[in-house]
Amino acid sequence: MAVLTYREALNHALREEMRRDPDVFLMGEEVGEYDGAYKVSKGLLDEFGPKRVVDSPISELGFAGLGVGAAMVGLRPVIEFMTFNFAHLALDQVLSNAAKLHYMSDGQFDIPIVFRGPTGAALQLAAQHSQACETYYSHAPGCKVVTPGTPADAKGLLKASIRDDDPVIFMEGELLYNVKGEVPDDEDFVIPLGVADLKREGSDVSIITHGKMIHVALQAAAKLEKDGVQAEVLDLRTIRPLDMDAILTTVAKTNRVVYLEEGWPYAGTGAQVVSMIQEEAFDELDAPILRVTQADIPMPYAKNLEILAKPSAERVVDACNKVLYR
Amino acid sequence: MATKVHMEALSPTMEEGQLVKWLRSEGDQVASGDVLAEIETDKATMELVARGDGILRKIFVGPGGTAPVGAVIGVIAAKDEDISGITSSAGGSESGGGTASAAVATKPEPKQEPRRAEAPPASGPPRAAAAKPAPALPPPASDTAENGGRVKASPLARRLAADMGVDIARVQGSGPGGRVVKRDVEAAKAAGVQAPSVSAWVPDEAEYQDVPTSQMRKTIAKRLTTSIGPVPTFYLTVDIDMTRVIEARARINSILEADGLKVSINDLVLKAVAAALRRHPETNAQWQEGFIRRFNSVHLGVAVAIDEGLITPVVRNAHAKGVAQISAEVRELAGRARERKLVPEEYTGATFSVSNLGMLGIHEFTAIINPPEAGILAIGAMEETPVVVDGAVVVRPRMRVTMSCDHRVIDGATGARFLQTLRAMLEEPAAISL
Repeated sequence: MAVLTYREALNHALREEMRRDPDVFLMGEEVGEYDGAYKVSKGLLDEFGPKRVVDSPISELGFAGLGVGAAMVGLRPVIEFMTFNFAHLALDQVLSNAAKLHYMSDGQFDIPIVFRGPTGAALQLAAQHSQACETYYSHAPGCKVVTPGTPADAKGLLKASIRDDDPVIFMEGELLYNVKGEVPDDEDFVIPLGVADLKREGSDVSIITHGKMIHVALQAAAKLEKDGVQAEVLDLRTIRPLDMDAILTTVAKTNRVVYLEEGWPYAGTGAQVVSMIQEEAFDELDAPILRVTQADIPMPYAKNLEILAKPSAERVVDACNKVLYR
Repeated sequence: MATKVHMEALSPTMEEGQLVKWLRSEGDQVASGDVLAEIETDKATMELVARGDGILRKIFVGPGGTAPVGAVIGVIAAKDEDISGITSSAGGSESGGGTASAAVATKPEPKQEPRRAEAPPASGPPRAAAAKPAPALPPPASDTAENGGRVKASPLARRLAADMGVDIARVQGSGPGGRVVKRDVEAAKAAGVQAPSVSAWVPDEAEYQDVPTSQMRKTIAKRLTTSIGPVPTFYLTVDIDMTRVIEARARINSILEADGLKVSINDLVLKAVAAALRRHPETNAQWQEGFIRRFNSVHLGVAVAIDEGLITPVVRNAHAKGVAQISAEVRELAGRARERKLVPEEYTGATFSVSNLGMLGIHEFTAIINPPEAGILAIGAMEETPVVVDGAVVVRPRMRVTMSCDHRVIDGATGARFLQTLRAMLEEPAAISL
């Protein structure tokens, strides 16, 4: 196993899948000559040439639509959005076409496309460019939504997403690209979509989360441990479809849940998960479920306010203590 | 680490408490378990104990002040520890008068061990009565009389209680607002297994039976509740000839004289009521959503007038106790009730109640049912009354009793049969022992 950055792990996944399958191609703003805005596609233009690593104009709706068309005729496009904050422009192609065509054509078309790029806040990018966009996509049926938080998950899940015959929204994080971790070298290292991963075992309270928030959850769990509380951290990895078996297992184990997500609380992923837990595991709950989310406001530009608006390990610790009635 | 002194829920229905007096002052060294203050709850004056060791650094609510349950009313900390965070969030008023701010009340943080602590907490939340012997029965989770029988419990606690055969209504909750959680059910189960009751009376049968409600029962309940709700009550009155009871009392007291004991007519009435209820479990019952709970045991509530109103201490397992014991318990409970020293488990959980205004010259009256009980007996004065016996007018001591019945549970004939038994027992006390 090699220690790679999250960025390198994505690069390896793209390279391996493009070598394995000539139908896979990458398209987006600055993915070729510039190696990608975050250098995820470094060296791919040199290896695969401009027909498979396509620099697009600054026109999200246009190249997303091009990708959907390519997928309809059998190619496997990977469309990079410089960030999902810019992908709102392409929502019509993603939600009205990619997510609907398999259904509306009665299965005549598969849409094996991946839309990928960073989501969520970095630092001081202000309200328009700091949004965690997962639930925009998980809200509508038709897309799978994947949010890896570690280099190994990034690689294994991107490979699975490229091989999947449905549209996959693959959400990375600007603050994740430099995160390092061990990644299997195996070219067939694929993590199935829709399978959660227990990032930390515990017996007292379950912190359920996804994406870059797993790191916040793990920090919180470490703090709680000093207080004698064993927190379990369940990384959903895929937020649509949800791994309900894993969720119900951890709920049955600890009976107390905190949901942590980067985005807003209103109709967020946590709202969905909490609803499903109370429907399916009501009798396992020993306390109401609490959520830790971004404050329900546009992200402030001011650094001090931004820090207050984002979920933090301290807030997760507080929420865990509350559900433990401590 | 600093320990906040919270206004604790010292009675099942307590929402706020009034500080009677602090027994320790600012600057005193205190240890966990020390009594810090006396708190007047909605029911009684209770002791508030320290949950940590250190110096009582600050008092936020002075004598006469009130604070909602969960509010921080003081701080225990080391001598030089910085407690400014707590003092500012507690509203920060100096000791004396004052009332903890409502904002504080929204953050109830009962100090509890983490649930994975090796030893489960002995019996839910620490209560002020820690120094007293364990109660015979775990105290009820809520004063069902005042909240319509709803017990606050987590879904998991309810399931575990059902699985373990624990009556959740008798589990003291340690969660926010007295919510019963898993650890409380486990502790209650453990306590139930180890602890024979103080009265050494061990039930050889189930405490109660739940009888499913038939459609007719449901219809009766629904229609009558619509008419007189939420407890559709009717009244049955019977006159009882007390001649034999008076004789029996004299004989019993002559036996007890050697021990310096004495029983009253009322004690004999209580004994007879318990015995009659035992024969008529359908009147020793509660209306629950979906079923009627019939109790095999008789826990008899005895209304006691006190300065501020009325409280109903409970003689537990009255059916299994002799009249001398009932008499002693009633006297002892009533005495402490007047001093407002009863703990919650002593005035909750009755299955039927008796109210006696005879000593105040009341000829007859109707008493109001204390839900979820389904009946209460109003005892009037015993009076010399002319009655016709065998065609001749004679003077006999008569007593008029009126039973208030929850019609959802008890029908006219059901109540009448119970009163028939009661009358038979009082008119021939030997029948009590049948």
